Amino acid sequence: MVPGPFGLDPVLWAVLRLVIAVALAAGLVFNGALAQIYLERKIQAIIQDRTGPMHTGPYGLLQTFADAIKLLGKEDIRARLTDHWFFLAAPAIVFAPMLASYVVIPFAPGVMGADLNVGLLYLTTLGSMTVLGIVIAGWASNNKYSLIGGLRSAGQLISYEVPQIVSLVTVVLVVGSLSMTAIVGSQPGLQVNALIIPLAFVTYFIAGLAETNRVPFDLPEAESELVAGFLTEYSGMRWGLFFVAEYGEVTVVSSIIATLWFGGWHGPFTDVHPLLGPALGVLWFTLKTYFFVLVFMWIRATLPRFRIDQLMSFCWKFLIPVTLVNLLVTAILVLAFPTSLVPVAIANWILLFVFAASIPFLQRRRLVSLRARLAAREHAVA
Amino acid sequence: MPDYNLSYVYVFAFFVVGAGIVSVMMLLSHLLAPFKPTREKLRTYESGEEPVGQAWGRYPTHFYVFALLFVVFDVEVIFLFPWAVLFRELGWYGLVEMAVFIAILVVGLFYAWKKKALNWY
Repeated sequence: MVPGPFGLDPVLWAVLRLVIAVALAAGLVFNGALAQIYLERKIQAIIQDRTGPMHTGPYGLLQTFADAIKLLGKEDIRARLTDHWFFLAAPAIVFAPMLASYVVIPFAPGVMGADLNVGLLYLTTLGSMTVLGIVIAGWASNNKYSLIGGLRSAGQLISYEVPQIVSLVTVVLVVGSLSMTAIVGSQPGLQVNALIIPLAFVTYFIAGLAETNRVPFDLPEAESELVAGFLTEYSGMRWGLFFVAEYGEVTVVSSIIATLWFGGWHGPFTDVHPLLGPALGVLWFTLKTYFFVLVFMWIRATLPRFRIDQLMSFCWKFLIPVTLVNLLVTAILVLAFPTSLVPVAIANWILLFVFAASIPFLQRRRLVSLRARLAAREHAVA
Repeated sequence: MPDYNLSYVYVFAFFVVGAGIVSVMMLLSHLLAPFKPTREKLRTYESGEEPVGQAWGRYPTHFYVFALLFVVFDVEVIFLFPWAVLFRELGWYGLVEMAVFIAILVVGLFYAWKKKALNWY
């Protein structure tokens, strides 16, 4: 046990540190959700040439607070046919793992809940627990839209979990540790993993979009087909908690990207002062994380939604083979050149461009075969 | 208590607090919000129509096929993590072992692909 600052008793400090960590994480989740909802609305508005929320507070800044208070005051309706206990438990099953993910997120040296030596494995485990909550929510609602939304979500989340984890394993392969601090420590200065294994970053980013149910992968809540997907029967604060959990999940995925591929807390001036340094580390980490949160929002305003068959075949026929090839190539090169990462980087950039360039060709092949099938059908009819 | 166990106390505490926050929020909402249920309010939503039957019936088996495939690959991934951590110590022997393991699974994936199990409809 480490003795606390100001000569505090180690046991007392351990308890105090835990309380502070939990309070900070909960505060971060809720404030992050409020800020991100505001940002999301504003950014979508700017992209779509509107003004967005303007009336509540200066520049509409208090809009999300007002929304949160409204949600608290809304009647809590639970339809008669729902499965009582599962319906109640579903928000907690989604929310608690999301909050627990914050234990291992490294904000700065020493500023993290606990440095688990299986940090990354722990994060993937918690990330896949979301699907349980969503399936339970969809099933317990006893509503057709909810059930279809929940099942779609299950299919999507479990499928995209495979490329997601294989991308993470590629990073572990290069770094040689599952601990978040060790991963950050392995990328000093400009030697970030995004430059060494960019393809793993791209595949993780795509899979992360799918894991958080964000556009273009928001089929579980596709409002034009399924009303609100698994959330159809939820209202009031229960719905609000799902929403907060979703934004928390986005933050977790963004911070994983910032940690694993962009050097976490590393940045200029972090070693100038023993107290100022970590504060700057938190700042760099937050900036990197929010950069990706903003990219998520940008994507939401830009891309149309996938169709479910496209979603599944993209994952199983393209993303999984690509990540596996990437993993094997990286493994061979790491072993063949144990002292330098330059060959790995070169191979990865080449692979990235090859796969990016192959997408138009694959699409063309798909279109040609589709046209051939349609022509054959017309021929049969005639 | 060693630091190793202490970090799992954090994990446990975060889970408990997460569930606690949900309960407190629901309690707050229960105290603040009105509660006047009517028959119509408590009916299952089905786009304003009278609901036809329940949702707990049969549903497509496509999901089941993907779940089966996923189980195979998820187990593979569990083996990948320890392999990746000890990768440099295992050397070429470990790499070949893992390549064979992945190859077997890829053959399975290819089989499913050719059998059109990966086509949605």
